[in-house]
Amino acid sequence: MSIGVSSPQSIDATLDLLSRGGYIADRALATSLFLSIAMKRPLFLEGEAGVGKTEIAKVLAATLGRQLLRLQCYEGLDISAAVYEWNYPRQMMAIRLAEAAGEGRRHELARDIYGAEFLIKRPLLNALEGSAGMAPVLLIDELDRTDEPFEAFLLEVLSDFQITIPELGTIKAAAPPLVVVTSNRTREIHDALKRRCLYHWVDYPSAERERAIVKAKVPGVGESLGGQVVSFVQMLRGLELFKPPGIAETLDWAQALMVLNARELTVSNVDDTLGVVLKYQDDIARVRGDVAARGVATARSAA
Amino acid sequence: MHFARVLRRAGLPIGPGKVIVALEALKLVSIARRDDVYWTLHSVLVDRHSQSDMFRLAFDRFWQRQQDRPDDNPLSILDQGPDHGRGDQSKPIPRRLADAFSPLASPEVGEQKEESAAPSDAVASWSADERLRHQDFETMSSDEQAEAAKLMARLRLPIPDVATRRHRVSRSGRRIDMRATLRAMVRSGGAVTLARKAPRRRHPPLVVLCDISGSMATYSRMFLRFLHALTNDRDRVHVFLFGTRLSNVTRELAHRDPDLALARVGRAVEDWGGGTRIGHTIEAFNRRWSRRVLGQGAVVVLITDGLDRDGGEGLAAEMERLHKSCRRLIWLNPLLRYAAFEPKSAGVRVMLPHVDEFRPAHNLDSLTALVVALSNRLDAGTTRQFTIANAKLS
Repeated sequence: MSIGVSSPQSIDATLDLLSRGGYIADRALATSLFLSIAMKRPLFLEGEAGVGKTEIAKVLAATLGRQLLRLQCYEGLDISAAVYEWNYPRQMMAIRLAEAAGEGRRHELARDIYGAEFLIKRPLLNALEGSAGMAPVLLIDELDRTDEPFEAFLLEVLSDFQITIPELGTIKAAAPPLVVVTSNRTREIHDALKRRCLYHWVDYPSAERERAIVKAKVPGVGESLGGQVVSFVQMLRGLELFKPPGIAETLDWAQALMVLNARELTVSNVDDTLGVVLKYQDDIARVRGDVAARGVATARSAA
Repeated sequence: MHFARVLRRAGLPIGPGKVIVALEALKLVSIARRDDVYWTLHSVLVDRHSQSDMFRLAFDRFWQRQQDRPDDNPLSILDQGPDHGRGDQSKPIPRRLADAFSPLASPEVGEQKEESAAPSDAVASWSADERLRHQDFETMSSDEQAEAAKLMARLRLPIPDVATRRHRVSRSGRRIDMRATLRAMVRSGGAVTLARKAPRRRHPPLVVLCDISGSMATYSRMFLRFLHALTNDRDRVHVFLFGTRLSNVTRELAHRDPDLALARVGRAVEDWGGGTRIGHTIEAFNRRWSRRVLGQGAVVVLITDGLDRDGGEGLAAEMERLHKSCRRLIWLNPLLRYAAFEPKSAGVRVMLPHVDEFRPAHNLDSLTALVVALSNRLDAGTTRQFTIANAKLS
């Protein structure tokens, strides 16, 4: 089965596809994405928080018209939350009914209560089964938050696109889903898992690309304010802060300034809204005052 | 493929499987555009961000060479962008990359030797002139070696466990294992016997920051043996060495053989026996590594004498951040062996308020005491009590 009529056939087509979905990507990302679709390999995206890793999967699902299944990882995530679980109350009920019906059905019982109707499907199983013959987009978000045992389990899923349920047997995907794995690098992901994926490091965008992103995502913000916000944020990224602002912060900030009816960056409105861009007290203390004033001056002269 | 071999020499882990995938990928994109080829190979062959720079340099150099000698390689028709080529030649090329290229002319000679050495240089030695002094581990005196061997035999960290959020079967567990219960019910035909489960316990990650400056020279060699035993004894151990700069030597230490492992560390680290800039290196750790290795409740062991060349400048804030982002911060100080030790140096005074535990570490006894300290009290509640181990332990 092909993975859909609309899947892009070249790198340029992939770029087009993303920009239709309002995602302004660079050619490097489009290349990785195109390869991941064409070679049916999972795409492993790593990068700082807030550079738009999750957004890629969402846009991909929206533009290709596929269902998006999202698995948010956390410590202690296990099979019953990620893959499947048996519906225990219903099973219990079935056992009681079987008891009432009499002894004779005992050997059938084991087969009956582990049937498909007692199975609760979680994202990974849903992703393998697909809906209406269309392989969905599977987003495994922030894989670094989970622990090694779950990562090991994912190996089977990501390389063979199959899951084994002891009571039911092996379930194999008819069409492999498009898998996007993201990580914020709060710990290193094991090499064995990375080997099965295509790797891409999502970096902060260039000023030009970031301006385009602001324009696309916060349309209400004026050309000049948008440009100033971007050049100020780009300046912040060069400062070696503890947590440099990501694109998400840039967009939030542009939005916030718009709500405040600002037309231009000024020292006072930067001071008031710095908490939208910087999330650590040390960073804020360092930027507030002189650095901010200089940043505003250069941002206004540049834009 | 030639290019893959160059990368492998330069320290990127590239197996034959990856080469096949790369060739497959190249079939899918047109090779007319240089950047398409570049990013195609990049997404297949690189699997961590730190390898990107090495890849870029190797890529530029490789295709440049191919152009200089357009022989049988069909890829040599790749056009060179105007910004590549000339500019690169003036820049000094990293030693490791230069090494990777040089044996290509005569691939047979020295291949065996290269093979064993190359992958270990995972931490790039970007500029050869920064190699101040290389510590030679061979020169360890026999007494020292005997002592180290004894240490290694004795010191295995008993695993200090903390509860995780995974469960295992347990009779006395507090939670009910529904899945096992139902399976039992089916087997017995309806009799309800509750199966139980309890949280699985596991040791937390351990992060070691070890001072290798001149004032610590005699101890750091001994500690490295200890750290090697530690790394091989359990998983989730990260080891960093610092003098004037910070280096992550976890991968180098992971080699089973202690001598080989220490030799690799010796090659990877550039600031043996120099000065100490504690504030600077802790800051580097906080910014570059803390969020990557301190997850899941790590215990941090800091090994230093606290004699800071920068006089404790900027140290307080960084120590505070480090302290607040780990489960427990233990400071091992070899100077604490003197009963009359007083926190006089600026560095020590600044650091002391931010550690959970302050212990001596200069001989076998004190290290054994450390092992005991590491193996208990991890679950003793949320209060972090500050302790100074008795200096008279020796």
